[in-house]
Amino acid sequence: MKHTPQKLIKLKYFRKETLPHMFCAGCGLGSIMSYAARAIDNLGLDMKGVVLVSGIGCSSRIPSYFIANAVHTTHGRALPFATGIKLSNPGLKVIVFTGDGDLVSIGGNHFLHAIRRNIDMTVIVSNNYSYGMTGGQLAPTTPKGSKSATSVYGSIEHPIDISRTAKVLGAPYVARWTTAHPLQAIDAMEKAFEKSGFSLVEMLSAGPTCYGRNNNMADPVALMKWYREKCLLYDDMEGKKSIAEHLKEMENEMVIGEFANRQRESFYDEYIRVKNEMGD
Amino acid sequence: MAMTKIDEDVLSKLGPKKQFIMGNEACVLGSILAGCRFYAGYPITPSTEIMEGMGRLLPRIGGMFIQMEDEIASLAAVIGASLGGLRSMTATSGPGFSLMQENIGYACMTETPCVIVDVMRGGPSTGQPTEPSQGDVMQARWGTHGDHEIIAVCPNSCQETLDMSIEAFNLADKYRVPVIILLDAEIAHMRERVEIPESINITGRQMASIDAESYMPFRTGYTRSTKVPEMDHFGRAYTTYHTGLTHDWSGLPTTCDVETHENLLKRLKEKITDNMADISRCETFHLEDGRSVVVSYGVTSRSALSAVTTLHNQGIRVGYLRLKTLWPFPFDIVSETAKNADRLVVAEMNMGQLFHSVREAAGGKCKVELLPKVGGAIHTPNEIMEGLR
Repeated sequence: MKHTPQKLIKLKYFRKETLPHMFCAGCGLGSIMSYAARAIDNLGLDMKGVVLVSGIGCSSRIPSYFIANAVHTTHGRALPFATGIKLSNPGLKVIVFTGDGDLVSIGGNHFLHAIRRNIDMTVIVSNNYSYGMTGGQLAPTTPKGSKSATSVYGSIEHPIDISRTAKVLGAPYVARWTTAHPLQAIDAMEKAFEKSGFSLVEMLSAGPTCYGRNNNMADPVALMKWYREKCLLYDDMEGKKSIAEHLKEMENEMVIGEFANRQRESFYDEYIRVKNEMGD
Repeated sequence: MAMTKIDEDVLSKLGPKKQFIMGNEACVLGSILAGCRFYAGYPITPSTEIMEGMGRLLPRIGGMFIQMEDEIASLAAVIGASLGGLRSMTATSGPGFSLMQENIGYACMTETPCVIVDVMRGGPSTGQPTEPSQGDVMQARWGTHGDHEIIAVCPNSCQETLDMSIEAFNLADKYRVPVIILLDAEIAHMRERVEIPESINITGRQMASIDAESYMPFRTGYTRSTKVPEMDHFGRAYTTYHTGLTHDWSGLPTTCDVETHENLLKRLKEKITDNMADISRCETFHLEDGRSVVVSYGVTSRSALSAVTTLHNQGIRVGYLRLKTLWPFPFDIVSETAKNADRLVVAEMNMGQLFHSVREAAGGKCKVELLPKVGGAIHTPNEIMEGLR
């Protein structure tokens, strides 16, 4: 694997006028941004043909640091904006940066339908189990029992599993890693960028400020250790447990790895097929 | 404005030159003629025939059509496609129009041209899905939050729906603003003779041509004298950042600077209000000797014209002012009319919406009365004659 020095990655892909970034110390978003730039560099993607799309939230500020065409849209709506961009100009490579609240809470309906239609785009979702920009409130991904600014006695809700949902909806590529797994994450992003159809890379990236400090992990190192200790590799356990066990495991452990890597015809492929079959 | 000949292949897909069709179908023809090549929408009465028509035609003329999961997604996709380089539109009715409001504000802030047809039905809420109303006039103006300007037009016939659809795309591109076609359900579902024009006016987008190094996406006035910035489409020579946050010339967020926000809001307003003469359209009859003038728009104007013609022929001094452009409000036209009249009678299918703007423009120069009508029926000519007596 080629290895461009980090300094050159920074010069080549990021706007000097917007750096340094606004993310809290110890937050995973800086890492995610850097992993994405490295994946883009490894593949040699031409940034003129790339459009970055995001919704609202900390993660959605990532595109503003890239020297790239970008659309920072309304809360939860990154996927339908991305759908319009891709279908109007199919030669573009569309990459969405979003967060758990943006993607599966306010944007949950769009998440379902963009995957179902199989619109050709890559979604990189940062999952920090909370709403970071507003100061660490309950999210649909908050683990049961976790404390947040709006669940001060511990969450009583069952969290949604983003990657597993994407898999059952038929996404051609789905992977989940943590910010403590840089090489795997970069590899997954490369595969996702190269995949035809909808691809999703979920990055577990709890930050000390918005999640950790409410849950006895105010130190970034504690969060990294938590990931290292609690994560189970998908390949090691998939198919060996019942659904009840999966749900139980979600409360105690985090499953990471490549969840799906398959082919499925995209919306655009089918649109063109039907158009050609009309023959006029 | 150059007359553009219509592509023969496209023309052949649109059917006969003269057709007996609904307003909704006329809107489809006008939009296709205008070069609209992207439609995203969600079905809703009484606008659905627009979506159905676009779904039939667009795949046959190299366009893109997609049915989205809701109206929020529909307008999001339309804005995305517009930035991708296509003339783009959606159509909806009251409840869907409410859902679109946040993204209308986004299009205003990012200066993304798009056309939104709102076929008005009785509200609030689900209201009267199949009955006409003009209850969305104020929502078209102020539905999205924050100070902004918007263009809204309101046709009164099927032919005018076709013509105004073309004009809507021109205005959207020229001023980089969402243009709303407020269509009356009565026109949308009424059939009239409609003629496809031989050639049409197309005012396309002013695309940026400056070298990439010097390009500032939201800087204006440095290559030509206008408050509308030159556009970029994705995939060209530039890297453009679009955000709904307050931004400076570079397009990048500058959210806490008083001057940046003030300058941006001022420019977004003035790029429209400096050009009222170009944007505002109206139709008048007998204003010269009209002491009582009926002010109306959309389908209501048809009853108004009938009433005014009858009274005028009886020697009664009445006049007729029809606003084709509702927003930006044609203040000067109404103000001038008020100066020469004793009374303005605002006939509209609501409890009084445009009435307030008319009263403001009249500024005490004459009396202003409201002739409201709700319930799902249009004003009859008799009702308007009563109001004018």
